[in-house]
Amino acid sequence: MPPRSDAPAESRTLAVLVDNEPGVLARVVGLFSARGYNIESLTVAETDKAANASRITIVTRGQPIILDQIKAQLERIVSVRQVIDVTLDPNGVQRELALVKVRSAGAERIEALRVSDIFRAKVIDTTLESFIFEVTGASAKVDAFIELMRPLGLVEVSRTGVLSIHRGPDRN
Amino acid sequence: MDGSTAAKTKIQIMTGAEMVVRALADQGVDVLFGYPGGAVLPIYDALFDEPKLKHILVRHEQGAGHMAEGYARSTGKVGVLLATSGPGATNIVTPLADALLDSIPIVAITGQVPTHLIGSDAFQECDTVGITRSCTKHNWLVRDVNDLARVLHEAFHVARSGRPGPVVVDIPKDVQFAKGAYAGPKAFQPRRARASAPAREEIAREKIEQALDLMAKAKRPIFYTGGGVVNSGPHAAAALRTLVKETGFPITSTLMGLGAFPASEPQWLGMLGMHGSWEANHAMHDCDLMIAIGARFDDRVTGRLDAFSPNSVKIHIDVDPSSINKNVLVDVGIIADSGAALEALVEGWRARNAKNDADEIKKWWKQIDAWRGKNCFAYRASGEVIKPQYAIERLYEAVKARSEKKKDVYITTEVGQHQMWAAQYFHFQEPNRWMTSGGLGTMGYGLPAAIGVQAAHPDALVIDIAGEASVQMTMQEMSTAVQHDLPIKVFILNNEWMGMVRQWQQLLHNERYSHSYSEALPDFVKLAEAYGATGIRADKPAELDGKIAEMLAAKGPVIFDCRVAKEENCFPMIPSGKAHNEMILAEDFRGDEIDEEGKMLV
Repeated sequence: MPPRSDAPAESRTLAVLVDNEPGVLARVVGLFSARGYNIESLTVAETDKAANASRITIVTRGQPIILDQIKAQLERIVSVRQVIDVTLDPNGVQRELALVKVRSAGAERIEALRVSDIFRAKVIDTTLESFIFEVTGASAKVDAFIELMRPLGLVEVSRTGVLSIHRGPDRN
Repeated sequence: MDGSTAAKTKIQIMTGAEMVVRALADQGVDVLFGYPGGAVLPIYDALFDEPKLKHILVRHEQGAGHMAEGYARSTGKVGVLLATSGPGATNIVTPLADALLDSIPIVAITGQVPTHLIGSDAFQECDTVGITRSCTKHNWLVRDVNDLARVLHEAFHVARSGRPGPVVVDIPKDVQFAKGAYAGPKAFQPRRARASAPAREEIAREKIEQALDLMAKAKRPIFYTGGGVVNSGPHAAAALRTLVKETGFPITSTLMGLGAFPASEPQWLGMLGMHGSWEANHAMHDCDLMIAIGARFDDRVTGRLDAFSPNSVKIHIDVDPSSINKNVLVDVGIIADSGAALEALVEGWRARNAKNDADEIKKWWKQIDAWRGKNCFAYRASGEVIKPQYAIERLYEAVKARSEKKKDVYITTEVGQHQMWAAQYFHFQEPNRWMTSGGLGTMGYGLPAAIGVQAAHPDALVIDIAGEASVQMTMQEMSTAVQHDLPIKVFILNNEWMGMVRQWQQLLHNERYSHSYSEALPDFVKLAEAYGATGIRADKPAELDGKIAEMLAAKGPVIFDCRVAKEENCFPMIPSGKAHNEMILAEDFRGDEIDEEGKMLV
């Protein structure tokens, strides 16, 4: 049982830099499931082949004391090189990409296209009765876009989860 | 590392199996525990010609794991086990989980089906790295023989550095046959620096100063130490003794930490926690400064968390950053190896020439003496039946002189009432003499652990204080002890019940003793004889001392069937869900101490 605390739960984005080796994702995900931590989104890909490095970006939620514990537990994993709390970094940039399928006709179809324009979404596929939009931005923007599409014939959504990077010329 | 660095970094071509044997020798391994099988035959073939490695053939791979743990805990070195693929690997899961919770360095080498068969549900195939991922500190599946030397040396580094723990190296059979380049440990830079403890100079200086400030001001201080002090090595126990002596503060310890501070010293309050001493738990509850070193605020130690030592400032020293603020919020967290931090505290304390308010400290000791006056380990003696507490007391008396003189008495235990009685009534003066399954609570740990200890210390006196239920879980390892001339003494407190289960059923489940009584038990004397060991039985208190002397005089392994009072409970006790100062003594026990919420706890 973690220390009792009345502090409200917060959302955090953690960039976890790991050795790119078999099983490393299972180690990270297994830690979250074994200790009962939340994963709201997760992305992973090799980011530097020469350095054998992958980057896992995790959005998690918990009280600050739990979030500290999550970071400490991640740092114990032998394959983990570094854990960066992107949320706490004033120069952290976070982006997410979503593919959004909408099926409608008439005024709703026109409205969907107009809203997509406001959000600077791209149409990547169309039929006479549907669009697929590609929208990029902070998760909140993607959420807002999806909510607006719901009454306009939303069919299906596919999201990448959050990616993050540090602004400026330097690493992290 | 010895002088032959050049030789060790020289690259040589050999098979994967030969690399395993060579790496073990280069890592200073002298004993390993294992069981052959199809997927490790090449390694066994290489072992056949290796005189430097003594192999102990076990009867079940779980036994190999606990033996490696016993070896590691009693020597401070890495314990090594060897098992085949599939069932060999799944059988080591329990000792790996045990070693992970108790921070014991183990390197487990497992065979795997050849790489081209992995994933095909081949004979004796299992996903060993998948299964052991959550019960190891790290694990590796080595698919290329040219990675093998690096991985093996890295495995030893990860197992023993920082907070120690178990690792698994899974080696497919074709990799064992393949030839590749081998180099010694010196050839590899451990790339996983984060597995290591911070160096002495990296310990946050201002935190040490902050701790010293708090210590110098304290009126009701207490040291609370754990297995981390033992793991850190003899220098940590030495620094702890100096610091405790020079500060004059009282000290308690967890189950895992027993022996780091001598139980004979007046400042020793005994173990704390659920079955700890009255004085230790009350002092923890009422202290104004707690100095936790290498301990992890386990639920068996803290009792009810929101009433845990409510008025104290807490300092926590631990090598594992995730231990700090995990269960209990502390005021000063110091990430450091226990030994290094203790040495820094000793230096700082001396440099300051610090002195506490003598009147306050005197008052604190007066209070502690009042708690001691409760005589919390008192029990009703009997002339008719052997009380289990009495049995441990007599065993301790019988070996005390040897323990003090030769410091070569090692105790292991199984899990249950007997384990707590052993912790309460046997007294330890030195670290690494007490091997018990603290975190995982593994019944069946003690007998194989004793074999591992004896393999490391052939001339020592090694006693497994056991219960008749636990010991049957790994009893077959008696055969190992006999085969390898390891004269362990298995001292069974036989009450015919799973005693701790029975106690909890009495306390929590209205005396409904569901499946906790062994209707049939082996005749342990005959069982010992069947194994080729010596069997001894004691029924009456009057014959106990003589029988214990007989056990100690026996040359080979002994099973001692000590028939004890059947329904004795383990006291004192912090009922689950209660605070340290709500501890109950045997004489105050009513049976309604645990409320509904407490029943939910284990």
